[in-house]
Amino acid sequence: MTLDRTTTIDGLLPEALRLDFPYLAQELNGHPLAYLDSGATAQRPRTVLDAERDYLERSNAAVHRGASTLVGTSTTAFEDARATVARFVGAGLREIVWAENATDAINIVALGMADAAAGLGGPEAAVFRLGEGDEIVVTEAEHHANLIPWQRLAAKTGATLRWIPVHDDGTWGIDDAASVIGERTRLVAFAHVSNVTGHLAPVADVAELAHRHGALVLLDACQSVPHRPTDFADLGVDFAAFSAHKMLGPTGIGVLYGREALLDALPPARTGGSTITTVTMESASFLPSPQRFEAGTQPVSQAVALAEAVRYLDALDMQRVHEHEGALAELLVDEVAGIPGIRLLGPAAGVERAALASVDVAGVHAHDVGQFLDSRGIAVRVGHHCAQPLHRRLGLRATTRASAYVYTTPDEIRRFAAALAEVRGFFGIDA
Amino acid sequence: MSDLSGLYQELILDHSRRRIGDGELADPHATHHELNPTCGDEITMGVRLDASGTRVEAIGWVGDGCSISMASASALTELATGADLERVRQLIDGFRSMMRSQGAGEADEDLLGDAIAFHGVSKYVMRVKCAMLSWVALEACIAAASAGSAASSAPTTTT
Repeated sequence: MTLDRTTTIDGLLPEALRLDFPYLAQELNGHPLAYLDSGATAQRPRTVLDAERDYLERSNAAVHRGASTLVGTSTTAFEDARATVARFVGAGLREIVWAENATDAINIVALGMADAAAGLGGPEAAVFRLGEGDEIVVTEAEHHANLIPWQRLAAKTGATLRWIPVHDDGTWGIDDAASVIGERTRLVAFAHVSNVTGHLAPVADVAELAHRHGALVLLDACQSVPHRPTDFADLGVDFAAFSAHKMLGPTGIGVLYGREALLDALPPARTGGSTITTVTMESASFLPSPQRFEAGTQPVSQAVALAEAVRYLDALDMQRVHEHEGALAELLVDEVAGIPGIRLLGPAAGVERAALASVDVAGVHAHDVGQFLDSRGIAVRVGHHCAQPLHRRLGLRATTRASAYVYTTPDEIRRFAAALAEVRGFFGIDA
Repeated sequence: MSDLSGLYQELILDHSRRRIGDGELADPHATHHELNPTCGDEITMGVRLDASGTRVEAIGWVGDGCSISMASASALTELATGADLERVRQLIDGFRSMMRSQGAGEADEDLLGDAIAFHGVSKYVMRVKCAMLSWVALEACIAAASAGSAASSAPTTTT
Protein backbone atom coordinates (compact mmCIF):
# COMPACT_ATOMS: atom_id res chain seq x y z
CA MET A 1 0.00 0.00 0.00
CA THR A 2 1.08 3.54 -0.63
CA LEU A 3 1.78 4.90 2.81
CA ASP A 4 2.72 8.44 1.94
CA ARG A 5 -0.68 10.00 1.37
CA THR A 6 0.76 13.41 0.72
CA THR A 7 2.69 12.45 -2.39
CA THR A 8 1.35 14.35 -5.35
CA ILE A 9 0.46 12.33 -8.39
CA ASP A 10 1.43 13.57 -11.81
CA GLY A 11 -0.96 13.64 -14.71
CA LEU A 12 -4.26 14.14 -12.89
CA LEU A 13 -7.01 16.38 -14.19
CA PRO A 14 -7.96 19.31 -11.94
CA GLU A 15 -10.40 18.30 -9.20
CA ALA A 16 -12.33 21.50 -9.80
CA LEU A 17 -14.04 19.80 -12.75
CA ARG A 18 -16.11 17.90 -10.19
CA LEU A 19 -18.11 21.09 -9.76
CA ASP A 20 -19.49 20.50 -13.25
CA PHE A 21 -21.19 17.30 -12.02
CA PRO A 22 -24.16 18.00 -9.70
CA TYR A 23 -24.54 14.28 -8.91
CA LEU A 24 -21.13 14.06 -7.26
CA ALA A 25 -22.01 16.59 -4.55
CA GLN A 26 -24.33 14.11 -2.82
CA GLU A 27 -23.85 12.16 0.35
CA LEU A 28 -24.33 8.41 0.49
CA ASN A 29 -25.22 6.92 3.86
CA GLY A 30 -23.80 9.88 5.71
CA HIS A 31 -20.50 10.02 3.81
CA PRO A 32 -19.42 12.12 0.86
CA LEU A 33 -20.26 10.03 -2.20
CA ALA A 34 -17.28 8.26 -3.77
CA TYR A 35 -18.73 7.26 -7.13
CA LEU A 36 -16.57 4.38 -8.39
CA ASP A 37 -19.06 2.83 -10.81
CA SER A 38 -18.47 4.82 -13.98
CA GLY A 39 -17.69 1.59 -15.83
CA ALA A 40 -21.39 0.81 -15.43
CA THR A 41 -22.67 4.31 -16.07
CA ALA A 42 -20.96 7.69 -15.90
CA GLN A 43 -22.39 10.85 -14.36
CA ARG A 44 -23.14 13.80 -16.61
CA PRO A 45 -21.83 17.34 -16.47
CA ARG A 46 -24.32 20.18 -16.31
CA THR A 47 -23.56 21.23 -19.89
CA VAL A 48 -24.75 17.84 -21.15
CA LEU A 49 -27.94 18.04 -19.10
CA ASP A 50 -28.49 21.61 -20.29
CA ALA A 51 -27.85 20.76 -23.93
CA GLU A 52 -30.63 18.17 -23.94
CA ARG A 53 -33.06 20.51 -22.25
CA ASP A 54 -32.07 23.41 -24.49
CA TYR A 55 -32.67 21.32 -27.61
CA LEU A 56 -36.10 20.30 -26.32
CA GLU A 57 -37.03 23.85 -25.37
CA ARG A 58 -36.02 25.43 -28.65
CA SER A 59 -35.25 23.00 -31.44
CA ASN A 60 -37.38 19.90 -31.01
CA ALA A 61 -39.11 18.70 -34.19
CA ALA A 62 -39.30 15.49 -36.22
CA VAL A 63 -35.96 15.02 -37.97
CA HIS A 64 -35.69 14.05 -41.64
CA ARG A 65 -39.48 14.38 -42.01
CA GLY A 66 -41.21 17.24 -43.76
CA ALA A 67 -39.79 20.52 -45.00
CA SER A 68 -40.46 23.19 -42.40
CA THR A 69 -37.97 25.59 -40.84
CA LEU A 70 -38.37 23.75 -37.55
CA VAL A 71 -37.52 20.43 -39.12
CA GLY A 72 -34.48 22.06 -40.67
CA THR A 73 -33.29 23.16 -37.24
CA SER A 74 -33.81 19.81 -35.58
CA THR A 75 -32.32 17.87 -38.48
CA THR A 76 -29.25 20.09 -38.47
CA ALA A 77 -28.78 19.55 -34.72
CA PHE A 78 -29.19 15.80 -35.16
CA GLU A 79 -26.72 15.53 -38.04
CA ASP A 80 -24.24 17.94 -36.41
CA ALA A 81 -24.24 15.58 -33.44
CA ARG A 82 -23.34 12.72 -35.77
CA ALA A 83 -20.49 14.75 -37.23
CA THR A 84 -19.17 15.57 -33.76
CA VAL A 85 -19.19 11.92 -32.70
CA ALA A 86 -17.66 10.83 -36.03
CA ARG A 87 -14.72 13.22 -35.62
CA PHE A 88 -14.20 11.97 -32.06
CA VAL A 89 -13.54 8.38 -33.19
CA GLY A 90 -11.87 9.00 -36.55
CA ALA A 91 -14.92 8.06 -38.60
CA GLY A 92 -16.68 9.44 -41.66
CA LEU A 93 -20.18 10.86 -41.45
CA ARG A 94 -21.77 7.81 -43.05
CA GLU A 95 -19.87 5.48 -40.73
CA ILE A 96 -21.77 6.45 -37.57
CA VAL A 97 -25.14 4.76 -36.96
CA TRP A 98 -27.29 5.61 -33.96
CA ALA A 99 -28.38 2.63 -31.93
CA GLU A 100 -30.27 2.27 -28.66
CA ASN A 101 -27.05 1.39 -26.84
CA ALA A 102 -23.87 -0.58 -27.51
CA THR A 103 -25.69 -3.89 -27.11
CA ASP A 104 -28.12 -2.83 -29.80
CA ALA A 105 -25.23 -1.71 -32.02
CA ILE A 106 -23.67 -5.19 -31.86
CA ASN A 107 -27.06 -6.74 -32.54
CA ILE A 108 -27.50 -4.60 -35.67
CA VAL A 109 -24.45 -6.37 -37.11
CA ALA A 110 -25.30 -9.85 -35.82
CA LEU A 111 -28.92 -9.68 -36.95
CA GLY A 112 -27.94 -8.15 -40.28
CA MET A 113 -25.53 -11.02 -40.84
CA ALA A 114 -28.28 -13.49 -40.03
CA ASP A 115 -30.49 -11.76 -42.60
CA ALA A 116 -27.67 -12.03 -45.13
CA ALA A 117 -27.34 -15.75 -44.44
CA ALA A 118 -31.11 -16.05 -44.95
CA GLY A 119 -30.65 -14.64 -48.44
CA LEU A 120 -31.40 -10.97 -47.96
CA GLY A 121 -29.13 -8.19 -49.14
CA GLY A 122 -28.16 -9.27 -52.63
CA PRO A 123 -24.66 -10.16 -53.89
CA GLU A 124 -22.97 -7.27 -52.05
CA ALA A 125 -23.94 -8.90 -48.74
CA ALA A 126 -21.91 -12.04 -49.54
CA VAL A 127 -19.19 -11.00 -47.08
CA PHE A 128 -21.74 -11.36 -44.27
CA ARG A 129 -23.17 -14.72 -45.36
CA LEU A 130 -22.06 -17.42 -42.91
CA GLY A 131 -22.77 -21.13 -43.07
CA GLU A 132 -21.53 -24.50 -41.92
CA GLY A 133 -17.76 -24.68 -41.76
CA ASP A 134 -17.43 -20.97 -41.06
CA GLU A 135 -16.21 -19.80 -37.68
CA ILE A 136 -17.05 -16.81 -35.48
CA VAL A 137 -14.32 -16.04 -32.94
CA VAL A 138 -14.81 -14.20 -29.65
CA THR A 139 -12.81 -14.28 -26.40
CA GLU A 140 -13.56 -15.99 -23.11
CA ALA A 141 -13.57 -12.55 -21.48
CA GLU A 142 -16.47 -11.01 -23.42
CA HIS A 143 -19.37 -9.11 -21.93
CA HIS A 144 -22.57 -11.06 -22.61
CA ALA A 145 -23.53 -8.33 -25.10
CA ASN A 146 -20.62 -9.37 -27.29
CA LEU A 147 -21.17 -13.09 -26.84
CA ILE A 148 -24.85 -13.96 -26.99
CA PRO A 149 -25.55 -12.23 -30.35
CA TRP A 150 -22.78 -14.39 -31.87
CA GLN A 151 -24.10 -17.56 -30.21
CA ARG A 152 -27.44 -16.79 -31.86
CA LEU A 153 -25.85 -16.02 -35.21
CA ALA A 154 -23.98 -19.33 -35.09
CA ALA A 155 -27.19 -21.17 -34.21
CA LYS A 156 -29.06 -19.53 -37.09
CA THR A 157 -26.41 -20.05 -39.73
CA GLY A 158 -24.71 -23.32 -38.80
CA ALA A 159 -21.42 -21.53 -38.25
CA THR A 160 -19.26 -22.53 -35.29
CA LEU A 161 -18.56 -20.20 -32.38
CA ARG A 162 -15.01 -20.43 -31.08
CA TRP A 163 -13.24 -18.44 -28.42
CA ILE A 164 -9.78 -17.21 -27.58
CA PRO A 165 -8.90 -18.64 -24.15
CA VAL A 166 -7.80 -16.37 -21.32
CA HIS A 167 -4.98 -16.94 -18.83
CA ASP A 168 -5.50 -17.36 -15.10
CA ASP A 169 -5.51 -13.59 -14.60
CA GLY A 170 -8.19 -13.11 -17.25
CA THR A 171 -5.89 -11.61 -19.88
CA TRP A 172 -5.04 -12.86 -23.36
CA GLY A 173 -2.59 -11.92 -26.08
CA ILE A 174 -1.97 -12.09 -29.79
CA ASP A 175 -0.49 -15.61 -29.51
CA ASP A 176 -3.72 -16.83 -27.92
CA ALA A 177 -5.66 -15.17 -30.72
CA ALA A 178 -3.42 -16.73 -33.35
CA SER A 179 -4.16 -20.20 -31.93
CA VAL A 180 -7.85 -19.77 -32.76
CA ILE A 181 -8.10 -17.40 -35.73
CA GLY A 182 -7.56 -19.20 -39.01
CA GLU A 183 -8.76 -19.70 -42.55
CA ARG A 184 -12.29 -20.68 -41.46
CA THR A 185 -12.66 -17.50 -39.39
CA ARG A 186 -15.20 -15.08 -40.85
CA LEU A 187 -15.67 -12.70 -37.94
CA VAL A 188 -13.65 -11.81 -34.84
CA ALA A 189 -15.50 -9.92 -32.10
CA PHE A 190 -13.77 -8.77 -28.92
CA ALA A 191 -13.59 -5.99 -26.35
CA HIS A 192 -10.96 -3.28 -26.63
CA VAL A 193 -10.83 -3.05 -22.83
CA SER A 194 -12.28 -5.75 -20.59
CA ASN A 195 -15.01 -4.42 -18.31
CA VAL A 196 -13.92 -6.94 -15.67
CA THR A 197 -10.13 -7.05 -15.78
CA GLY A 198 -9.26 -3.70 -17.35
CA HIS A 199 -7.01 -5.58 -19.77
CA LEU A 200 -6.24 -3.94 -23.11
CA ALA A 201 -6.59 -6.10 -26.19
CA PRO A 202 -3.90 -5.89 -28.89
CA VAL A 203 -6.50 -4.52 -31.30
CA ALA A 204 -4.39 -3.60 -34.29
CA ASP A 205 -2.52 -6.93 -34.23
CA VAL A 206 -5.72 -8.94 -33.98
CA ALA A 207 -7.34 -6.90 -36.76
CA GLU A 208 -4.32 -7.47 -38.99
CA LEU A 209 -4.37 -11.21 -38.26
CA ALA A 210 -8.10 -11.46 -38.87
CA HIS A 211 -7.91 -9.52 -42.12
CA ARG A 212 -5.08 -11.71 -43.34
CA HIS A 213 -7.56 -14.59 -43.10
CA GLY A 214 -10.31 -12.56 -44.73
CA ALA A 215 -12.33 -12.20 -41.54
CA LEU A 216 -14.31 -9.16 -40.38
CA VAL A 217 -13.46 -7.50 -37.06
CA LEU A 218 -15.95 -6.05 -34.58
CA LEU A 219 -14.69 -4.16 -31.55
CA ASP A 220 -16.63 -3.64 -28.33
CA ALA A 221 -15.29 -0.18 -27.50
CA CYS A 222 -17.56 0.57 -24.51
CA GLN A 223 -14.66 0.75 -22.06
CA SER A 224 -12.19 2.44 -24.41
CA VAL A 225 -13.87 5.29 -26.29
CA PRO A 226 -14.81 7.10 -23.04
CA HIS A 227 -11.33 6.76 -21.59
CA ARG A 228 -8.61 7.09 -24.25
CA PRO A 229 -8.10 8.67 -27.65
CA THR A 230 -9.66 6.19 -30.08
CA ASP A 231 -9.46 6.17 -33.85
CA PHE A 232 -11.22 3.20 -35.43
CA ALA A 233 -9.60 3.71 -38.81
CA ASP A 234 -6.14 3.63 -37.19
CA LEU A 235 -7.07 0.53 -35.22
CA GLY A 236 -8.13 -1.14 -38.44
CA VAL A 237 -11.42 -2.56 -37.22
CA ASP A 238 -14.46 -3.00 -39.48
CA PHE A 239 -17.16 -2.40 -36.86
CA ALA A 240 -17.20 -0.97 -33.36
CA ALA A 241 -19.84 -0.32 -30.72
CA PHE A 242 -19.95 2.07 -27.79
CA SER A 243 -22.45 3.63 -25.42
CA ALA A 244 -23.21 7.28 -24.70
CA HIS A 245 -24.00 6.83 -21.03
CA LYS A 246 -20.51 5.56 -20.24
CA MET A 247 -18.94 8.73 -21.71
CA LEU A 248 -20.78 11.49 -19.82
CA GLY A 249 -23.74 11.26 -22.18
CA PRO A 250 -27.36 10.15 -21.88
CA THR A 251 -28.95 6.73 -21.77
CA GLY A 252 -31.06 5.62 -24.71
CA ILE A 253 -28.41 6.07 -27.38
CA GLY A 254 -25.37 4.11 -28.48
CA VAL A 255 -23.20 4.12 -31.55
CA LEU A 256 -22.39 1.60 -34.23
CA TYR A 257 -19.28 2.42 -36.22
CA GLY A 258 -18.75 0.58 -39.48
CA ARG A 259 -16.64 1.03 -42.56
CA GLU A 260 -18.85 2.76 -45.09
CA ALA A 261 -18.74 0.08 -47.78
CA LEU A 262 -19.62 -2.60 -45.26
CA LEU A 263 -22.50 -0.66 -43.72
CA ASP A 264 -23.93 0.00 -47.17
CA ALA A 265 -23.91 -3.76 -47.83
CA LEU A 266 -25.20 -4.96 -44.45
CA PRO A 267 -28.91 -5.84 -44.58
CA PRO A 268 -30.94 -3.70 -42.16
CA ALA A 269 -32.41 -6.11 -39.62
CA ARG A 270 -34.92 -3.56 -38.36
CA THR A 271 -36.90 -1.92 -41.08
CA GLY A 272 -39.52 0.77 -41.32
CA GLY A 273 -40.03 4.43 -42.04
CA SER A 274 -37.13 6.62 -43.17
CA THR A 275 -34.83 3.71 -44.06
CA ILE A 276 -36.02 3.38 -47.64
CA THR A 277 -35.78 4.76 -51.16
CA THR A 278 -38.76 3.14 -52.89
CA VAL A 279 -41.49 1.01 -51.40
CA THR A 280 -44.05 -1.04 -53.32
CA MET A 281 -46.59 -3.48 -51.92
CA GLU A 282 -44.15 -6.29 -52.63
CA SER A 283 -40.78 -4.92 -51.56
CA ALA A 284 -38.60 -2.07 -50.43
CA SER A 285 -35.16 -0.82 -51.32
CA PHE A 286 -32.99 0.83 -48.73
CA LEU A 287 -31.00 4.01 -48.37
CA PRO A 288 -27.26 3.81 -47.81
CA SER A 289 -25.84 4.00 -44.31
CA PRO A 290 -26.65 5.40 -41.82
CA GLN A 291 -30.32 5.94 -42.72
CA ARG A 292 -30.87 2.32 -43.76
CA PHE A 293 -30.43 1.29 -40.10
CA GLU A 294 -32.28 4.13 -38.40
CA ALA A 295 -35.86 2.92 -38.58
CA GLY A 296 -38.54 4.89 -36.83
CA THR A 297 -38.23 7.96 -34.64
CA GLN A 298 -34.67 8.45 -33.45
CA PRO A 299 -33.24 9.47 -30.05
CA VAL A 300 -32.67 13.04 -31.17
CA SER A 301 -32.27 14.94 -27.90
CA GLN A 302 -29.99 12.13 -26.73
CA ALA A 303 -27.81 12.52 -29.83
CA VAL A 304 -27.55 16.25 -29.16
CA ALA A 305 -26.59 15.57 -25.54
CA LEU A 306 -24.03 12.95 -26.59
CA ALA A 307 -22.39 15.50 -28.88
CA GLU A 308 -22.18 17.88 -25.93
CA ALA A 309 -20.51 15.12 -23.89
CA VAL A 310 -17.99 14.70 -26.69
CA ARG A 311 -17.31 18.45 -26.63
CA TYR A 312 -16.76 18.24 -22.88
CA LEU A 313 -14.27 15.40 -23.32
CA ASP A 314 -12.58 17.19 -26.20
CA ALA A 315 -12.17 20.27 -24.04
CA LEU A 316 -10.52 18.13 -21.35
CA ASP A 317 -8.39 16.53 -24.10
CA MET A 318 -8.62 12.75 -24.41
CA GLN A 319 -4.88 12.37 -24.06
CA ARG A 320 -5.08 14.07 -20.67
CA VAL A 321 -8.08 11.92 -19.73
CA HIS A 322 -5.99 8.87 -20.59
CA GLU A 323 -3.07 10.11 -18.45
CA HIS A 324 -5.41 10.90 -15.55
CA GLU A 325 -6.81 7.41 -15.63
CA GLY A 326 -3.38 5.87 -16.07
CA ALA A 327 -2.28 7.53 -12.85
CA LEU A 328 -5.45 6.38 -11.05
CA ALA A 329 -5.05 2.83 -12.39
CA GLU A 330 -1.54 2.67 -10.95
CA LEU A 331 -2.75 3.97 -7.60
CA LEU A 332 -5.66 1.52 -7.59
CA VAL A 333 -3.34 -1.45 -8.12
CA ASP A 334 -0.82 -0.17 -5.55
CA GLU A 335 -3.49 0.33 -2.93
CA VAL A 336 -5.42 -2.88 -3.49
CA ALA A 337 -2.63 -5.35 -4.17
CA GLY A 338 -1.23 -5.29 -0.64
CA ILE A 339 -4.49 -5.99 1.23
CA PRO A 340 -4.57 -9.47 2.79
CA GLY A 341 -7.23 -11.81 1.42
CA ILE A 342 -7.79 -9.76 -1.75
CA ARG A 343 -7.38 -11.24 -5.21
CA LEU A 344 -7.08 -8.60 -7.89
CA LEU A 345 -8.10 -9.76 -11.36
CA GLY A 346 -6.41 -8.62 -14.53
CA PRO A 347 -2.95 -7.48 -15.56
CA ALA A 348 -0.13 -7.68 -13.03
CA ALA A 349 1.23 -4.52 -11.43
CA GLY A 350 3.33 -2.61 -13.91
CA VAL A 351 1.32 -3.77 -16.92
CA GLU A 352 -1.00 -1.20 -18.44
CA ARG A 353 -4.65 -1.50 -17.44
CA ALA A 354 -7.73 0.65 -17.52
CA ALA A 355 -8.64 2.52 -14.34
CA LEU A 356 -10.80 -0.25 -13.00
CA ALA A 357 -10.20 -3.09 -10.58
CA SER A 358 -12.31 -6.16 -9.91
CA VAL A 359 -11.48 -8.00 -6.72
CA ASP A 360 -12.46 -11.17 -4.92
CA VAL A 361 -12.45 -10.93 -1.14
CA ALA A 362 -11.68 -14.33 0.37
CA GLY A 363 -14.58 -15.58 2.45
CA VAL A 364 -16.95 -12.68 1.71
CA HIS A 365 -19.49 -12.64 -1.11
CA ALA A 366 -19.26 -9.66 -3.47
CA HIS A 367 -22.75 -8.48 -2.53
CA ASP A 368 -21.72 -8.27 1.09
CA VAL A 369 -18.51 -6.45 0.13
CA GLY A 370 -20.55 -3.98 -1.92
CA GLN A 371 -23.01 -3.44 0.92
CA PHE A 372 -20.15 -2.69 3.31
CA LEU A 373 -18.62 -0.19 0.88
CA ASP A 374 -22.07 1.33 0.31
CA SER A 375 -22.38 1.98 4.05
CA ARG A 376 -19.14 3.98 3.76
CA GLY A 377 -20.46 6.08 0.90
CA ILE A 378 -18.52 4.18 -1.76
CA ALA A 379 -20.49 3.13 -4.84
CA VAL A 380 -19.10 0.13 -6.73
CA ARG A 381 -20.46 -2.63 -8.94
CA VAL A 382 -20.89 -6.15 -7.60
CA GLY A 383 -21.83 -9.32 -9.43
CA HIS A 384 -20.62 -11.02 -12.59
CA HIS A 385 -20.55 -7.75 -14.58
CA CYS A 386 -22.34 -9.50 -17.44
CA ALA A 387 -19.34 -11.79 -17.90
CA GLN A 388 -20.35 -15.13 -16.41
CA PRO A 389 -18.03 -17.26 -18.57
CA LEU A 390 -15.00 -15.20 -17.55
CA HIS A 391 -15.89 -15.45 -13.86
CA ARG A 392 -16.44 -19.19 -14.21
CA ARG A 393 -13.06 -19.54 -15.94
CA LEU A 394 -11.41 -17.69 -13.04
CA GLY A 395 -13.17 -19.91 -10.49
CA LEU A 396 -15.41 -17.10 -9.30
CA ARG A 397 -19.10 -16.31 -9.30
CA ALA A 398 -19.10 -12.63 -8.49
CA THR A 399 -16.57 -9.88 -7.87
CA THR A 400 -16.50 -6.29 -6.63
CA ARG A 401 -15.46 -3.70 -9.19
CA ALA A 402 -14.28 -0.11 -8.71
CA SER A 403 -14.03 1.94 -11.88
CA ALA A 404 -12.79 5.49 -12.27
CA TYR A 405 -13.38 8.36 -14.65
CA VAL A 406 -12.45 11.98 -15.27
CA TYR A 407 -13.91 13.15 -11.95
CA THR A 408 -12.40 10.40 -9.80
CA THR A 409 -9.88 11.53 -7.19
CA PRO A 410 -6.97 9.70 -5.52
CA ASP A 411 -8.77 10.20 -2.21
CA GLU A 412 -11.74 8.17 -3.48
CA ILE A 413 -9.43 5.35 -4.55
CA ARG A 414 -7.79 5.37 -1.13
CA ARG A 415 -11.16 5.33 0.62
CA PHE A 416 -12.11 2.30 -1.47
CA ALA A 417 -8.91 0.48 -0.54
CA ALA A 418 -9.16 1.40 3.14
CA ALA A 419 -12.75 0.15 3.35
CA LEU A 420 -11.83 -3.00 1.43
CA ALA A 421 -9.17 -3.72 4.03
CA GLU A 422 -11.86 -3.72 6.74
CA VAL A 423 -14.40 -5.97 5.05
CA ARG A 424 -13.13 -9.34 6.23
CA GLY A 425 -12.93 -8.17 9.81
CA PHE A 426 -16.52 -6.93 9.73
CA PHE A 427 -17.76 -10.29 8.49
CA GLY A 428 -15.65 -12.18 11.01
CA ILE A 429 -13.27 -13.73 8.51
CA ASP A 430 -9.76 -14.06 9.87
CA ALA A 431 -7.27 -11.94 7.97
CA MET B 1 -22.36 2.01 10.70
CA SER B 2 -25.55 1.66 12.74
CA ASP B 3 -27.41 1.22 9.46
CA LEU B 4 -25.22 -1.66 8.37
CA SER B 5 -25.51 -3.51 11.67
CA GLY B 6 -29.31 -3.26 11.22
CA LEU B 7 -28.87 -5.26 8.03
CA TYR B 8 -26.17 -7.63 9.19
CA GLN B 9 -27.52 -8.49 12.62
CA GLU B 10 -25.32 -10.83 14.62
CA LEU B 11 -27.93 -13.56 14.25
CA ILE B 12 -27.70 -13.29 10.45
CA LEU B 13 -23.92 -13.36 10.40
CA ASP B 14 -24.05 -16.32 12.78
CA HIS B 15 -26.45 -18.24 10.52
CA SER B 16 -24.34 -17.39 7.46
CA ARG B 17 -21.44 -19.20 9.11
CA ARG B 18 -23.38 -22.11 10.68
CA ARG B 19 -25.38 -22.85 7.53
CA ILE B 20 -27.89 -25.22 9.15
CA GLY B 21 -29.10 -27.72 6.57
CA ASP B 22 -26.08 -27.27 4.32
CA GLY B 23 -25.64 -30.49 2.36
CA GLU B 24 -27.56 -32.59 -0.10
CA LEU B 25 -30.57 -34.39 1.41
CA ALA B 26 -30.92 -38.15 0.95
CA ASP B 27 -34.25 -39.46 -0.39
CA PRO B 28 -36.09 -36.15 -0.78
CA HIS B 29 -39.78 -36.07 -1.67
CA ALA B 30 -39.16 -32.90 -3.63
CA THR B 31 -36.20 -30.85 -4.77
CA HIS B 32 -36.08 -27.40 -6.31
CA HIS B 33 -33.35 -25.26 -7.83
CA GLU B 34 -33.70 -21.52 -7.47
CA LEU B 35 -31.45 -19.00 -9.21
CA ASN B 36 -31.17 -15.26 -8.94
CA PRO B 37 -29.85 -14.37 -12.39
CA THR B 38 -28.89 -10.82 -11.50
CA CYS B 39 -26.29 -11.88 -8.95
CA GLY B 40 -25.80 -15.58 -9.63
CA ASP B 41 -26.90 -16.68 -6.16
CA GLU B 42 -28.41 -20.13 -6.26
CA ILE B 43 -29.74 -22.88 -4.06
CA THR B 44 -30.88 -26.45 -4.58
CA MET B 45 -33.21 -27.50 -1.80
CA GLY B 46 -34.52 -30.92 -0.91
CA VAL B 47 -37.43 -31.65 1.41
CA ARG B 48 -38.41 -34.98 2.94
CA LEU B 49 -41.78 -35.48 4.64
CA ASP B 50 -42.58 -37.90 7.44
CA ALA B 51 -44.52 -41.16 6.91
CA SER B 52 -47.88 -39.36 7.21
CA GLY B 53 -46.87 -36.90 4.48
CA THR B 54 -48.03 -33.93 6.56
CA ARG B 55 -44.87 -32.89 8.36
CA VAL B 56 -41.41 -31.78 7.19
CA GLU B 57 -39.00 -34.38 8.45
CA ALA B 58 -35.82 -32.98 6.95
CA ILE B 59 -34.49 -30.17 4.77
CA GLY B 60 -31.13 -30.13 3.02
CA TRP B 61 -29.69 -27.57 0.63
CA VAL B 62 -26.66 -26.84 -1.44
CA GLY B 63 -26.17 -23.16 -2.16
CA ASP B 64 -23.79 -20.44 -3.17
CA GLY B 65 -24.48 -16.82 -2.45
CA CYS B 66 -24.13 -13.83 -0.20
CA SER B 67 -24.36 -13.96 3.57
CA ILE B 68 -28.02 -12.85 3.52
CA SER B 69 -29.15 -15.63 1.18
CA MET B 70 -27.18 -18.34 2.96
CA ALA B 71 -28.20 -17.16 6.43
CA SER B 72 -31.82 -17.11 5.33
CA ALA B 73 -31.58 -20.72 4.14
CA SER B 74 -30.07 -21.68 7.47
CA ALA B 75 -32.75 -19.90 9.51
CA LEU B 76 -35.46 -21.42 7.32
CA THR B 77 -34.11 -24.92 7.90
CA GLU B 78 -34.12 -24.42 11.64
CA LEU B 79 -37.69 -23.07 11.62
CA ALA B 80 -39.34 -25.44 9.17
CA THR B 81 -37.78 -28.76 10.13
CA GLY B 82 -40.34 -30.75 12.12
CA ALA B 83 -43.18 -28.33 11.32
CA ASP B 84 -46.41 -29.54 9.75
CA LEU B 85 -47.16 -28.36 6.23
CA GLU B 86 -49.81 -25.90 7.32
CA ARG B 87 -47.36 -24.20 9.63
CA VAL B 88 -44.66 -24.19 6.94
CA ARG B 89 -47.07 -22.35 4.64
CA GLN B 90 -47.74 -19.83 7.41
CA LEU B 91 -44.01 -19.36 7.89
CA ILE B 92 -43.50 -18.74 4.19
CA ASP B 93 -46.38 -16.26 4.05
CA GLY B 94 -45.19 -14.53 7.21
CA PHE B 95 -41.61 -14.26 6.00
CA ARG B 96 -42.71 -12.94 2.62
CA SER B 97 -44.94 -10.31 4.23
CA MET B 98 -42.07 -9.21 6.43
CA MET B 99 -39.73 -8.93 3.43
CA ARG B 100 -42.29 -6.82 1.58
CA SER B 101 -42.68 -4.40 4.50
CA GLN B 102 -39.77 -2.12 3.47
CA GLY B 103 -38.84 -1.96 7.13
CA ALA B 104 -42.26 -0.80 8.31
CA GLY B 105 -44.20 -2.20 11.25
CA GLU B 106 -43.28 -4.96 13.64
CA ALA B 107 -42.23 -8.43 12.57
CA ASP B 108 -44.27 -11.35 13.94
CA GLU B 109 -41.86 -12.85 16.45
CA ASP B 110 -44.38 -15.41 17.69
CA LEU B 111 -44.53 -16.88 14.22
CA LEU B 112 -41.04 -16.29 12.87
CA GLY B 113 -38.86 -16.48 15.97
CA ASP B 114 -35.21 -15.67 15.20
CA ALA B 115 -36.04 -15.06 11.54
CA ILE B 116 -37.34 -11.61 12.50
CA ALA B 117 -33.66 -10.66 12.30
CA PHE B 118 -34.30 -10.39 8.55
CA HIS B 119 -36.82 -7.59 9.07
CA GLY B 120 -33.94 -5.11 8.66
CA VAL B 121 -33.13 -6.59 5.24
CA SER B 122 -36.55 -5.52 3.95
CA LYS B 123 -35.38 -1.89 3.93
CA TYR B 124 -32.73 -2.75 1.34
CA VAL B 125 -34.74 -3.25 -1.84
CA MET B 126 -31.78 -4.74 -3.69
CA ARG B 127 -31.29 -7.40 -1.00
CA VAL B 128 -34.85 -8.62 -0.47
CA LYS B 129 -34.46 -11.19 -3.20
CA CYS B 130 -31.35 -12.53 -1.45
CA ALA B 131 -33.37 -13.26 1.68
CA MET B 132 -36.28 -14.71 -0.32
CA LEU B 133 -34.22 -17.13 -2.44
CA SER B 134 -34.44 -20.15 -0.12
CA TRP B 135 -38.05 -19.45 0.89
CA VAL B 136 -39.15 -19.50 -2.73
CA ALA B 137 -37.32 -22.81 -3.13
CA LEU B 138 -39.03 -24.19 -0.02
CA GLU B 139 -42.44 -23.06 -1.28
CA ALA B 140 -41.87 -24.91 -4.55
CA CYS B 141 -40.69 -28.02 -2.70
CA ILE B 142 -43.74 -28.04 -0.45
CA ALA B 143 -46.09 -27.57 -3.39
CA ALA B 144 -44.42 -30.41 -5.27
CA ALA B 145 -44.25 -32.71 -2.25
CA SER B 146 -47.94 -32.12 -1.46
CA ALA B 147 -48.95 -32.68 -5.06
CA GLY B 148 -47.26 -36.05 -5.29
CA SER B 149 -44.39 -38.04 -4.02
CA ALA B 150 -40.83 -37.65 -5.30
CA ALA B 151 -41.63 -34.75 -7.61
CA SER B 152 -38.95 -32.42 -8.85
CA SER B 153 -39.92 -29.05 -10.17
CA ALA B 154 -38.20 -27.00 -12.82
CA PRO B 155 -36.01 -24.01 -12.00
CA THR B 156 -37.79 -20.69 -11.76
CA THR B 157 -36.75 -17.13 -11.18
CA THR B 158 -36.98 -15.42 -7.84
CA THR B 159 -39.57 -12.69 -7.62
